Amino acid sequence: MNDRIIFEDVSKFYGEVLGVNRISLSIPPGITTLVGPNGSGKTTIMNLMTGLVQPSNGHISVLGLSPADQTELFSILGYCTQFDFFPRGLTGWQFVLDGLMLHGMEKDLAVDLAAQAIERVQLGDAAGRKIAGYSKGMRQKIRLAQAIAHHPRVLVLDEPLNGLDPMARAESIALFQELGRQGMHVLISSHILDEVDRISDRVILITGGYLIAEGNIHQVRQEVHEKPMQVLIRCDHPEVLAAKMFAINHCVEARLHADGKGVFLRTAGIDQFYSVLNGIVADGLVKIDAVAPADDDANAIYQYLIGTDGSPS
Amino acid sequence: MTQMQLADRVRNLAQQPWGLWWMQAQRLTRIELRRNLFSWKATWIYCLAFIPTVIILIHMLFDRHPSFAMSDDTNILAGIVQLYYIRLGVFFGCLGIFSRLIRGEMIERSLHFYLLSPVRREVLLLAKFAAGSISAVFLFGSAIAASFMLMYAGFGAAGGDYIFNGPGMGQLEAYLLIVVLACLGYGAVFLLLSMIFRNPTPAALLMLGWETINPVLPSLLQKMSVASYLRHLMPVPVGAEGIFALLTVETEPVSGWAATAGLLALIAIVLTYSCYRIRTLEIRYSAE
Repeated sequence: MNDRIIFEDVSKFYGEVLGVNRISLSIPPGITTLVGPNGSGKTTIMNLMTGLVQPSNGHISVLGLSPADQTELFSILGYCTQFDFFPRGLTGWQFVLDGLMLHGMEKDLAVDLAAQAIERVQLGDAAGRKIAGYSKGMRQKIRLAQAIAHHPRVLVLDEPLNGLDPMARAESIALFQELGRQGMHVLISSHILDEVDRISDRVILITGGYLIAEGNIHQVRQEVHEKPMQVLIRCDHPEVLAAKMFAINHCVEARLHADGKGVFLRTAGIDQFYSVLNGIVADGLVKIDAVAPADDDANAIYQYLIGTDGSPS
Repeated sequence: MTQMQLADRVRNLAQQPWGLWWMQAQRLTRIELRRNLFSWKATWIYCLAFIPTVIILIHMLFDRHPSFAMSDDTNILAGIVQLYYIRLGVFFGCLGIFSRLIRGEMIERSLHFYLLSPVRREVLLLAKFAAGSISAVFLFGSAIAASFMLMYAGFGAAGGDYIFNGPGMGQLEAYLLIVVLACLGYGAVFLLLSMIFRNPTPAALLMLGWETINPVLPSLLQKMSVASYLRHLMPVPVGAEGIFALLTVETEPVSGWAATAGLLALIAIVLTYSCYRIRTLEIRYSAE
């Protein structure tokens, strides 16, 4: 069986409205985050993967399975949607157990798996209560429990951190990281860019239905050539360092840190930049305490490629 | 199709996971039954089914029952079944039950829960249809059986004799067969209508009009009606007087077996098309 989620030239139109246009992806195991503004097509990609909507063009396969092969696909895939609605009248326990029973497993096994999943999202005490009485965070957790209960190989999570308090958010992120380390495909859509940085092995940037970039965050950042990279260097003589670095032609901006103990440098050639920096340090002109990329994260990439208004820059 | 191709198809069919599908269908049916029968939203359907039963109970308790009135009561019961249950009670009850199965879940935005389970959509649809049918047959079948028993209970020993030694039991069986077929027939049609239209009620009202004028239509068009098949199964003909004449026009006689087979064929065609529709159904709650 193929170990990738593959989109080949996939488009989806809702009548005359574009959902996504000519998306091609090949997603390996690990945590992949879909990043984009509201209405950019993140949920459409997830719904296409799971067969909730059908592509207008193109072909999709999930570990070699078509989204139309429901029996096989949903044995290996769990989808925690952003739809905050549940079948009427169910308790949290019934919601998870009913889902497992539809897999055709024995009741004893289903009961064990339901208990494990509910325990894993730490909702044990509330499992016997009606979902209608749950808080938003609890509803989010019970959906997550239902998605992971059958131990899927692919987990699709649409805005899974919405409505969670900071503690629950940290626990959920730890769970996603653990699942990613176990070799699962974890596909997450999120607006919370700081958390995208912490958990993602890869990002997929999308806006207006178009794929803007995909890959490892650092690789994607390096490919944004028109936006020189910014590096913060903490040192004892930032003005000396700034003068030296500014003399080389690929360093386009130098700005002293507010506390006077560092300098932000912007460079169009990061490899050459580090080579020159090594030379300066070797000459003993400045004593460097720390070097850190200042815009090598999901937030910066989002700003550079998508901008605050959601249109590609 | 060559013999080899036919053999391949048969082998392919035999290799399908029928056991799993059967188990999934049973579990889905159980989930749906829980929701159909034990929910406050079903209260109005209970009322629809049991209002005539309550009226007959009051009639039994407070009216006198001379034995010569038994044939009148038999005709009244036939009228209640044909004019109330088949035309109105089962019709609107099935509209409520079956249009909720798919469209209701889309309005409540919970259908994705089923579409994201490892269940073929055809199995999902047929299991929901089975659950709707069981619910409707249980409610209306028990209401008609109770009405029948209460109608003759007031006559004492003569009533018991009519049921157990006379034509009573045969009539009750015919009424129950009619209810089963009516629930299946209307259920299949309303399930399909609810998948085609966001609000199936106007289409259902058109269908009610169609069913009403059906007896005066040409023979071929009459076959596209649930009530026309059921009319041939009535054990006691209902007199055609006044406005009711339009509802009870005598058509060319058809045997009970032919009527039952015709209606089952109609149900099979409607369900096959519904299975095709659900294969391509998309979840777009924002459009609801």
